Amino acid sequence: MSIVIAGAAETDEVGRLPRHSTTALHLEAARNALADAGMTKDDVDGIATVGNPGPIQLAHALGITPAWLDGTAVGGSSFLFHVRHAAAAIRAGLCHTVLITHGESGRSRVGASRFGMAADSLAGQFEVPYGVMGPATMFTLTALRYMKATGLTHEQLAEVAVAQRRWAHLNPRAMYRDLITVDDVLASRLVAYPFHLLECCLVTDGGGALVVTSAERARRSPVHLLGSGEAAESPIISQMEDFTTSKAFRLSGEAAFAEAKISHDEVDHLMVYDAFAHVPIYGLEDLGFVGRGEAGAFIAEGHTSPGGRLPLNTNGGGLSYTHTGMYGMFAIQEAVRQLRGEAAAQVPDAEVSVVLGNGGMFASAATLVLANRLP
Amino acid sequence: MKPVPKPTPETQPFWDGAAAGELRIQRCQACARHYFYPRPSCPHCGATEVEWVRASGRATLYSYVINHRPARGFEDDGPYAIAVVELEEGVRMMTNIVGVEITPENLPLDLPLRVVFEQRGDVSVPLFEPAGGAA
Repeated sequence: MSIVIAGAAETDEVGRLPRHSTTALHLEAARNALADAGMTKDDVDGIATVGNPGPIQLAHALGITPAWLDGTAVGGSSFLFHVRHAAAAIRAGLCHTVLITHGESGRSRVGASRFGMAADSLAGQFEVPYGVMGPATMFTLTALRYMKATGLTHEQLAEVAVAQRRWAHLNPRAMYRDLITVDDVLASRLVAYPFHLLECCLVTDGGGALVVTSAERARRSPVHLLGSGEAAESPIISQMEDFTTSKAFRLSGEAAFAEAKISHDEVDHLMVYDAFAHVPIYGLEDLGFVGRGEAGAFIAEGHTSPGGRLPLNTNGGGLSYTHTGMYGMFAIQEAVRQLRGEAAAQVPDAEVSVVLGNGGMFASAATLVLANRLP
Repeated sequence: MKPVPKPTPETQPFWDGAAAGELRIQRCQACARHYFYPRPSCPHCGATEVEWVRASGRATLYSYVINHRPARGFEDDGPYAIAVVELEEGVRMMTNIVGVEITPENLPLDLPLRVVFEQRGDVSVPLFEPAGGAA
């Protein structure tokens, strides 16, 4: 049975949406995705979501009576996990059509959960006492070790933000669209050395939703799920095995490529969750697109930029397009748009797209191989 | 005031050690390997025969960032180093680097360090300083 993404849409707008609650963002995205699929809520018998308000309230608010629920909450990669789990559930006959929703008032914090870790939690005892200030001071911790191990330069790290801005420049929905240079990046204020402001993701409001079902039930040209993989490593960044490579990236990627039975040269388009500028570098290497230590030069040479041979983060990414907090949904949305030929910065003839989602700080990862054709 | 950790039963020996000026970590009696963070069984071999041992307190600088947006309690510190250090026993932990002006030039990776303790309320927190003394 071929599993497909039969509907995909984001909220009408992404960015600053102070008049939308978290729940309203979910619901708007859900309605848009169902409309995109040519379906109604009554076609849906499974629901998956993460964060506020959770699958029970979401289904109830939409008037869906689910026969299958998934509340897997492993960070911004959760939606990729949901796609994988939905595929397994549909193949197993547990349900036939799954709605996956994301909504997050990441910037305006309307109806949003509070931040903060209990003082007796793992992070509360062994990381919070050292003055961490969110992901900008934790996710980033691996970079200096990677730089020492591979020779990646500060300029090459900045090139990641420069390359992604080139894509955002072509995307009217992107929050930041003006082209930038390496000097601009290095002149922006230091957030957490070696990371400057322009090497850190945005914080925005928005949402997105997907309809996953079997190819037989799809009512418009579907995007096929050729393979997927999921993995986890450490719940806190300090315990990551090797700061120069993500085990979860590697394992989820290997599983997805093996199931899809594709080689790297068949991949036309790539999305790598980019909360910070070093993450696409890890993604390129850990998925096997380039060798160890080669990603910085690969990006700096323009291979991932418009016209390059491996278009990467073509919506502008979390660095320039949008980043609500759990960005994975937007990475999938852009891959679907590219495979349908509907992207703002369209890659010519994109047939196979790989999406790598990160959860937490290198804590979880999932990889999807998507295509607009069967092999 | 800087954040104060709240021990749980399985981490209490670590914090008791810190209060006594000792950096304590766990070692598996079955496979003889050290591990951190505190857990009731060995993550390497799964054995539950584990013991608390005093680490030497010697470490090297594995990686870090210099944070320019201070967390609560850190406002008066200026930019500070949030670091991960590798203990001589092979385990890593997060900490702050103290006893040296916090600049990239003063903090080359693999810099030798030694543990010191800072009192926070009724809890003592392990921090690290350059082993050669203040730079």
